[in-house]
Amino acid sequence: MKHIVIIGNGIAGVTAARHLRKLGDDKITIISAETKYFFSRTALMYIYMGHMTLQDTQPYENWFWEKNRIDLIQDKVESVDYSEKKLLLASKTEVSYDSLILATGAKPNMFGWKGQDLDGAQGLYSYQNLQYIEERSHLIKRAVIVGGGLIGIELAEMFLSRNIKVTFLVREKSFWNKILPNEESAMINRHIFEHHIDLRLGAELEEIIGDDSGKVKAIKIKDGEVLDCEFVGLTAGVSPNIDFLKDSDLNLGRGIKIDQTFKTNMPDVYAIGDCAEFEVPLEGRLPIEQVWYTGKMHGETVAHVIQGEEKTYKPGTWFNSAKFLDIEYQTYGMVLGQLFDGQETFYWEAPNGKISVRINFSKETMAVEGFNFMGLRARHEVCVPWIENKITLKEVIENFGAANFDPEFYKKYEAVIVQQYNEEYPNDRVELKTKKGLFSNYIQKFKRFSLTERSS
Amino acid sequence: MPDLNKVDPSIDLTSAHEHQDFSVLSKVAVAIMVIGFLILSIAVFGPGAKYPKLFLFSSFGAIAFGSLAYTFLTYFLSPSGVKNNHITTSALTAHGWLAWIMAVGLTGFYVIHYWWSHLFENWYRMMDPLSFYVRGKQTEDWIFYGVLYTFGVLIMGIRAIVKYRHSRYQIIRTCMVIFSQFFLAWLIPSLLVYFKEPEAYVNYFWPLSFKDGFPLHFQSLLQEPSIMAKFLIFWSLGLTFIGTPILTYYFGKRWYCSWVCGCGGLANTVGDPFRQNSSKKLISWKIERWMINSVLIFIVVSTGYIWYVAATAGTLKINPADHYLTKSYGFLIGMVFSGVVGTGFYPILGTRVWCRFGCPQAAILGFIQRFFSRFRITTNGGQCISCGNCSKYCEMGIDVRSYAERGANIVRASCVGCGMCATVCPRGVLNLENGPREGRINKPVSLSDIINFEEDK
Repeated sequence: MKHIVIIGNGIAGVTAARHLRKLGDDKITIISAETKYFFSRTALMYIYMGHMTLQDTQPYENWFWEKNRIDLIQDKVESVDYSEKKLLLASKTEVSYDSLILATGAKPNMFGWKGQDLDGAQGLYSYQNLQYIEERSHLIKRAVIVGGGLIGIELAEMFLSRNIKVTFLVREKSFWNKILPNEESAMINRHIFEHHIDLRLGAELEEIIGDDSGKVKAIKIKDGEVLDCEFVGLTAGVSPNIDFLKDSDLNLGRGIKIDQTFKTNMPDVYAIGDCAEFEVPLEGRLPIEQVWYTGKMHGETVAHVIQGEEKTYKPGTWFNSAKFLDIEYQTYGMVLGQLFDGQETFYWEAPNGKISVRINFSKETMAVEGFNFMGLRARHEVCVPWIENKITLKEVIENFGAANFDPEFYKKYEAVIVQQYNEEYPNDRVELKTKKGLFSNYIQKFKRFSLTERSS
Repeated sequence: MPDLNKVDPSIDLTSAHEHQDFSVLSKVAVAIMVIGFLILSIAVFGPGAKYPKLFLFSSFGAIAFGSLAYTFLTYFLSPSGVKNNHITTSALTAHGWLAWIMAVGLTGFYVIHYWWSHLFENWYRMMDPLSFYVRGKQTEDWIFYGVLYTFGVLIMGIRAIVKYRHSRYQIIRTCMVIFSQFFLAWLIPSLLVYFKEPEAYVNYFWPLSFKDGFPLHFQSLLQEPSIMAKFLIFWSLGLTFIGTPILTYYFGKRWYCSWVCGCGGLANTVGDPFRQNSSKKLISWKIERWMINSVLIFIVVSTGYIWYVAATAGTLKINPADHYLTKSYGFLIGMVFSGVVGTGFYPILGTRVWCRFGCPQAAILGFIQRFFSRFRITTNGGQCISCGNCSKYCEMGIDVRSYAERGANIVRASCVGCGMCATVCPRGVLNLENGPREGRINKPVSLSDIINFEEDK
């Protein structure tokens, strides 16, 4: 019986542990300094806003771990001895391992801003970060958030829930514009203003100014403006949490270097989740993947690898989702701020400016390559096969109802989308063939089936 | 190629004006509501009977005005969306002192109403003007309660509509809940009395309204000369034996539990602030299955027994078994379970304690839903982030997240289809759907299974 030790009880580490238990009878230990029990990091904002308690964000009841014989240690790992295969913890106890999974997650980026270490300047990644913000909240009249990404807008929403004024510094000309195309990005700009957030586009942090006691009292923007504030949220992305692994023979880049089976250069040492960096990234994907479901897939795959199976990491077509205040966002296939070469785009936006659909497609073959949905839910099980089977834009528009995953009674936009398509492509007119609903989904499955039949 | 410069960074900066603080106005609104409750409390000590109209209108008026003003200030002034801020920190919604005061108050109200209803005499007299107007006679015990109930569903229903106005499902469903309570459970029964017809709450039937299945009920309706009485027999039997299986096959138990039923209606309106307090523990689910099915078996067996006794005696007329069972069931189930515990403990145990642990109607509907229905909650591929909002706001205590994160559809007997899991989900993962039964129950074991949609899966 091997002893498999996992450092980090985030989604990647916990998924690895669960699958290892399903696959075998080894001794499994998870070590985390953050919290004893696994909770959903993505729900930190909801704890602060009072939607859920920490306990509500824990997907498993406390008895789960003992029942599944997964030992939990709440401690900090100080160092790893790869030759002796043992860990030294902050409590000075030693834990030896046969296999080690590093799932240490990430930490907020600090770009060497002046004053970034002042009391009241903080990122948001861990439960400790949240506690830090919670303890100070009653003192905050204005918070400044630096970095226009997903965590930044969550932090802004959190402060709004406490009636704290928010100034939001975004370096790009428009919110999250590297990822969101102009129209979607502009939609979110408008929505941020609608929530009375003082959004500053194209604004960069110059320095954070402290008072005599070392607390944040103001910030200075690059154009010289000084804004009084009691808190600065530093949310310009995250980077792998690997400081304690430095100065060893473990191969590190920005993250822990791994091959396609999550093996590091050290024997029986693996790395997964936010801290891992693929030596050779999969085609069309980033070397460091820091989203929830990739963490899950890393964990699942590494469990099979450790059990000696030849399982490779197959994340499939890229997808992601987020929520910007009240506007939900879903994306399938790689859609970025700029089109890829040879791509064209079809974009429809509802008159209220809060709902939109974008379909990117190949100019040459008309095959769809990516979707962006704002304020409209789409069916994963339909959108991804449409991309993978290279279905044409025309066919997608005709059958758009099959992709609609909005709740019952919601206003349906299929007809106006068809209408807009017909206006843009008058020579290639279509009619709506598939309406919303589960039946449509089955029809689509059947169609894909017959399509594969035809092609094979 | 999209033009990056097309987005003008200066767009509409004027709209970024300061957020208005309405906390003072909100406090005034709450104060008006509290004054309304105070007037209502004073009324019961005598003045209500003396000045019925004054006390009736001022108390109900102040409560309605105060709570609607508070609703407007809290939910309507910001853009529509999920508005669950401070629920886990408020003294009312998170088991704080206000929750306990309310639970004790509500429970006390039920206990007095059941056992010492004469103490509420002055309230009944206060209600007389309204009662004469709609029913044509003076207020009896439960008429006062019925008005309170309907009033609560109406006011808190409007609150639910405003709060959840980003969801058309919730808007339409809540309208139906209000309609059902106001017309089917209040106005129609009142008018039946007014026109000297047999009183009937037409949104209840056997087994929830257990007496509707007992011989005595048929006997008394058959004695009535009116067409209406015959129609009521037809209506009640039709809902039990035809409506229930057919509608549940197509839509799941929600057609009744969260659209028509008055108990469910109260839970989804008056109880909405407390829906998150239902227990999500696995042990609760085990207890739930034992209890609810035991109640159902008890009802079915006792109903069968009474009919057996009636058949052997050769008459539908009252027999000791009918009398005894009606009494004991009415006391244990009707009063203690669905009233005192079910509603009185809203702030502590959550809103659907009765529906989840005791309602025989829910048991039958749930059985059909689980095994013979086209209804399911679909989960959307791999988009779940396990945040837990769906489980937290499930009033039936279903751990929705445990299904969603595995990509497994939710097909559970207890789900009343309120749709709140889909409403609060931040990633569009959940959807209530009726569709072909094939593939309704799916059990993916890993994320790879979920997101690699191979045909040969």
